[in-house]
Amino acid sequence: MNSRNFYNEVLTDHNINPAHKREIENPNFELEGVNPNCGDDIILKLRVDDGIITDGGYVGDGCAISQASADIMLDLVIGKSTEEARRLAEMFFGMIKGTASDDEIEQLEEAGALKDISHMPARVKCAVLGWHTLDDIIDKV
Amino acid sequence: MGNSIIEPHREDFPLLMSLDAAYLDNAATSQKPYCVIDAERDFYKRLNSNPLRSFYDLSISATDSYENSRENVRKFINAKSTKEIVFTNNATSSINLVAYSYGLSNVKKGDRIVVAISEHHSNMLPWQMVAQTTGAELEYMKCDSAGVYSDEEIYRCITPNTKIVAVAVISNVTGSKAPIEKIISTAHANNAVVMLDGAQSVPHTKTDVQQLDADFLAFSAHKMLGPMGVGVLYGKEDLLEKMPPFLRGGEMIESVRLDRATFAELPHKFEAGTVNAAGVFALSSAIDYYNNVGIDNMERREQYLTNYAYQKLSKIPHVNVIGSSDPYNHSGILSFTIDNVHPHDVSAVLNQDNICIRAGHHCAQPFLAHLGIRSSSRASLMFYNTEEEIDKFVQSVASVRKLMGYGD
Ligand SMILES: Cc1ncc(COP(=O)(O)O)c(C=O)c1O
Repeated sequence: MNSRNFYNEVLTDHNINPAHKREIENPNFELEGVNPNCGDDIILKLRVDDGIITDGGYVGDGCAISQASADIMLDLVIGKSTEEARRLAEMFFGMIKGTASDDEIEQLEEAGALKDISHMPARVKCAVLGWHTLDDIIDKV
Repeated sequence: MGNSIIEPHREDFPLLMSLDAAYLDNAATSQKPYCVIDAERDFYKRLNSNPLRSFYDLSISATDSYENSRENVRKFINAKSTKEIVFTNNATSSINLVAYSYGLSNVKKGDRIVVAISEHHSNMLPWQMVAQTTGAELEYMKCDSAGVYSDEEIYRCITPNTKIVAVAVISNVTGSKAPIEKIISTAHANNAVVMLDGAQSVPHTKTDVQQLDADFLAFSAHKMLGPMGVGVLYGKEDLLEKMPPFLRGGEMIESVRLDRATFAELPHKFEAGTVNAAGVFALSSAIDYYNNVGIDNMERREQYLTNYAYQKLSKIPHVNVIGSSDPYNHSGILSFTIDNVHPHDVSAVLNQDNICIRAGHHCAQPFLAHLGIRSSSRASLMFYNTEEEIDKFVQSVASVRKLMGYGD
């Protein structure tokens, strides 16, 4: 696995020009996610109406993988129901563990750009930070 | 001879000969020469028995090797007596020994403990504990962005109610040397003692505790060509003499009754339980290695390499070297940031180019916060590094922003 190729365009683009790294209006759910080892840190905020994620944003500081992954995730889950978001999170965790099918990776759209992370144990925590934070927020909805 | 630069001696280091990567994380731990690896094995092959406990010849030989090693350490830092050399597990446990034993019995409410802001967590958290437990005040001595402590700041912090001053001789983040002579004389004028963290200095520059009039000095064997799991605490005899034991149990007693015990003489009072005799023996072999090559020769080569690396690194656009703009005040340590690239991404890219560097907060979060950064990358050099390795490193650092999608 070549980590030079690993920083593909999808990743670097979401890292440099994130669409969702911003404060959103009237969030009703908010949670901080931290990787104590490497200091990645995000605060995820969601607006959920009638079980649908209508808006979402994050602020934070961390490596390109943690930040891009959170941004890609929000692209994917905004407009979807919380159940659907949770199903995608499960698929994402499956992909990172190397157990997801090609069809599942397809459903993850751009998040599929992170699939090679499964070969880089040191970076797995970075990639899943946003998704774990999302998973935990949905518990509270 | 004279001022010439020594060879890197790489053939003495088996891992360097087989590793396909440039190892530039020497501040985290150094590589080990054959003689050290052989000494550790030799102890178990020839001498293994519990030292200091028994009266048969084998145990006496193990004890001799242990105590001769202590003498070798004493000479290396020019302590007055082997009673002043206590073996521990690492620099962290040496400092904790002083904090729990000296700190808790000499500091009280209303006193002050001064800790340099550039300290590694190892020389900070034990003093936070002493302050919390005793109700003493904790004052941080602040340096400027080059890592320099001014005389005014030293005088501001070290007051007549100060009992302890904690400072590293060389910072593991910036590589800059603290003005320890000034700090020690100011502390002594106020009847305070100084806890010197020598983890980054003892391996790289000659240390003379008598000339410094040092009270306590902690360092780790593993950063100075020795094995992991062995540390040293140097303490002035009269200070150690008055301190209560830190850990209690076997090996550190004179006699034990059901309700009380009298403790062994220095330094054994502070070496409770079975010691790491093989590790200490191997540390002694590391010191022999230093003495053979000459620590001044090693330091001169390290200064040469630091300057070589600094000149190239500091010229790369968007790269910011942390600390002094004088390469000779970096002691082999070059921490840096790259604009808009997180240090973990930097080390991931460098790893792909087979270069080992450290990324993160370097166990000095308050210091990085003081410098206004969250984390950084760090390359740290040892005499066995080469110009080719540095060239490779510099080239890789220069490629990072482009790989991360930036246009330059
Ligand atoms: C300045 C400084 N102090 C203390 C330590 C702690 O050393 P050890 O982990 O061997 O106890 C280190 C190294 O990590 C260091 O660089």
